[in-house]
Amino acid sequence: MSSRDLAISVRNLGKVYRITHQAERATTAGEAVARWLRKPLSRSAIQNFRALDDISFDVYKGDVLGIIGRNGAGKSTLLKVLSRITEPSSGRVELYGRVGSLLEVGTGFHQELTGRENIFLNGGILGMSRSEIRREFDNIVEFSGVEKFLDTPVKRYSSGMYVRLAFAVAANLRSEILIVDEVLAVGDAEFQKKCIGKMQDVATTEGRTVLFVSHNLGAVRSLCTRALSLASGRIHMAGGVHEVTTEYLEASLRASTNIIDLGGTRRTGEYGHSLKVQRIAFNRGGPLVHGERLTVRIDYEAYAAVSGCSFGFGISTLDGVRLISFDSDLAAERRDVEKGECATVECEVDNLHLQPGRYSLDVGARSGDSGSVDYLSACAVVEIIPGVRTPGMIIRGDGGVRYPALWRLSADALSENRHRAVGTHGFM
Amino acid sequence: MTIVSDVIKRPTLILEPPSRWQPIDLREIWAFRDLLITLAIRDVKVRYKQTALGVAWVVLQPIVGALIFSFVFGRIAKLPSNGIPYFIFSYAGLTLWTAFSSTLTKSGSALVQGANMVSKVYFPRLILPLSTAFSTLIDFTVSLALLAVMMLVNHVHFTLALLLLPLWLVASQLLALGFGLWTGGMMVRYRDIVYVLPVVVQFLMYASPVAYSASNVPHHYKFIYYLNPLAGLLDAFRWSVFGTGWLGVPTTAYAVIASLVVFIAGAIAFRNMERGLADVI
Repeated sequence: MSSRDLAISVRNLGKVYRITHQAERATTAGEAVARWLRKPLSRSAIQNFRALDDISFDVYKGDVLGIIGRNGAGKSTLLKVLSRITEPSSGRVELYGRVGSLLEVGTGFHQELTGRENIFLNGGILGMSRSEIRREFDNIVEFSGVEKFLDTPVKRYSSGMYVRLAFAVAANLRSEILIVDEVLAVGDAEFQKKCIGKMQDVATTEGRTVLFVSHNLGAVRSLCTRALSLASGRIHMAGGVHEVTTEYLEASLRASTNIIDLGGTRRTGEYGHSLKVQRIAFNRGGPLVHGERLTVRIDYEAYAAVSGCSFGFGISTLDGVRLISFDSDLAAERRDVEKGECATVECEVDNLHLQPGRYSLDVGARSGDSGSVDYLSACAVVEIIPGVRTPGMIIRGDGGVRYPALWRLSADALSENRHRAVGTHGFM
Repeated sequence: MTIVSDVIKRPTLILEPPSRWQPIDLREIWAFRDLLITLAIRDVKVRYKQTALGVAWVVLQPIVGALIFSFVFGRIAKLPSNGIPYFIFSYAGLTLWTAFSSTLTKSGSALVQGANMVSKVYFPRLILPLSTAFSTLIDFTVSLALLAVMMLVNHVHFTLALLLLPLWLVASQLLALGFGLWTGGMMVRYRDIVYVLPVVVQFLMYASPVAYSASNVPHHYKFIYYLNPLAGLLDAFRWSVFGTGWLGVPTTAYAVIASLVVFIAGAIAFRNMERGLADVI
């Protein structure tokens, strides 16, 4: 069989969702009847939302196609149509081979049932027959690494074990086409690598076709050969994985602005009375890129004199856990601010080591003798995007900071230093 | 959606916008039969995990029901029971009734309960309600075995009519599924069906000869009474068990055929409601 055999052919595919306005929609039969009695002829206001619009593409056997795009671009809808969860509104899809889809890890898993029972249940839901599951049973157990707990109800599993078992079932699905949504966001880094490796095997050695949706460009780059970028339900670009992801990255760089106005934001207590931070700008409004230089400008206005004023900002996770604090204090930079002063302070960071992702921002100014004069907690969300030097294997959710450190791994370096203790650790 | 046979270079599956009426794809349901059984097994296992009495609950419910009925209707109201001890008489009615009502309520809520599965993975949606009937059959077998023991103890004799028992069981299950499928599709859109259903089920129980014998029904009401196919099926079931009270071919045949019609109508309604299901659920 040649590698150019068609696996999926999509022609002019469209999906329209009808959105009834919330207030208009009847959720109980009584409501529906009452509404009909009041206005028997009126039809509730319906808006059409075009989730997919005129999508056409082909996927060949053995291809690993990455599907990327922002939230709401139509990625999940496309997968739902291809995996038959929802029906298309227009167009046509031809599938050459059985489709197995993994839009969620562990669909149908039941907490009270044991691991063994859940393998059969989940496999059945994914479309495997009992004899097929029996045939793959050992592979599944081996891949999941939970053999000791097979007869324990899954409610006693750790979340890691749960995900491993669920992925193992899906990974051993013998379908010619495998559709995988962003399921790798769960589970630890080691297991994620194992999953990506398994999906690569599936495509290269078994010649099966894989469709992979992810926000994670690193994962898409390391796994896929081709990519499709969606924007507002349409195909933005299709082609080789490198060109498409690069284009996508550049487009998102162009789109993001990182100048945050804080003049109008409400403060608690006395904050902002003597001095107010008006604005914070990152990279002159450009994107925050992992591994690149970061410049920060803070504009302030003083309504009273503040002696020994220092400025700072902090970056926290979206749950509010502070990861990094930047203070001019630390660099012994303080300034005696005069009343009525409007000025800008600047901060430069050589290398931004935060993992790509979204973070919460805190900003503040402190007077040397009287504590904080202005402080804004969680005043904005900033996004750090992967850069060209971001390694492909960085996967979302794996820690907050990749701290640079000096590493020695070659034999020469080690023998030179054998009389010295090598005490440099990295937080990997 | 059609499945084309495995000819090389021919698509295995074509997805297109749905046409107005969807036929029921029996071949596809057959292909997913293992899932049907797996779901039924899950149902049974989950129900009795972490319950102290386990399977005993299957028979405790009808036993308690039969005790109450034989006291209220047999002792207090002194209703006749075709010459069979009232307890056994009402227990027999309750075995079939329990199978009917549990399939009706479970198949009705199967879609809402399985909402997570429906929105995450494809399988013929009919599988969900159908699997509830299979788990009911397991319970039914257990309570039927107890009925046989009771009859042996009380020297009630078996007759050849017993051979037709599976027919009444299947018909009553089809009837329950027919109603269940229809309400299930509605329930996705209107959750208040959840509250209406128990009322309807209770009404149906008193409108059918479960706790009492249909011989108590005044003659001029009999025609209307037997319009309810379940009434005919319950009588036919008792006839198979006890060998007395045969209704005659027309009424019995009506009950069986009506059940089949309700099932087919329910399945077609369900098939056409399932279309937008994943979008609404």
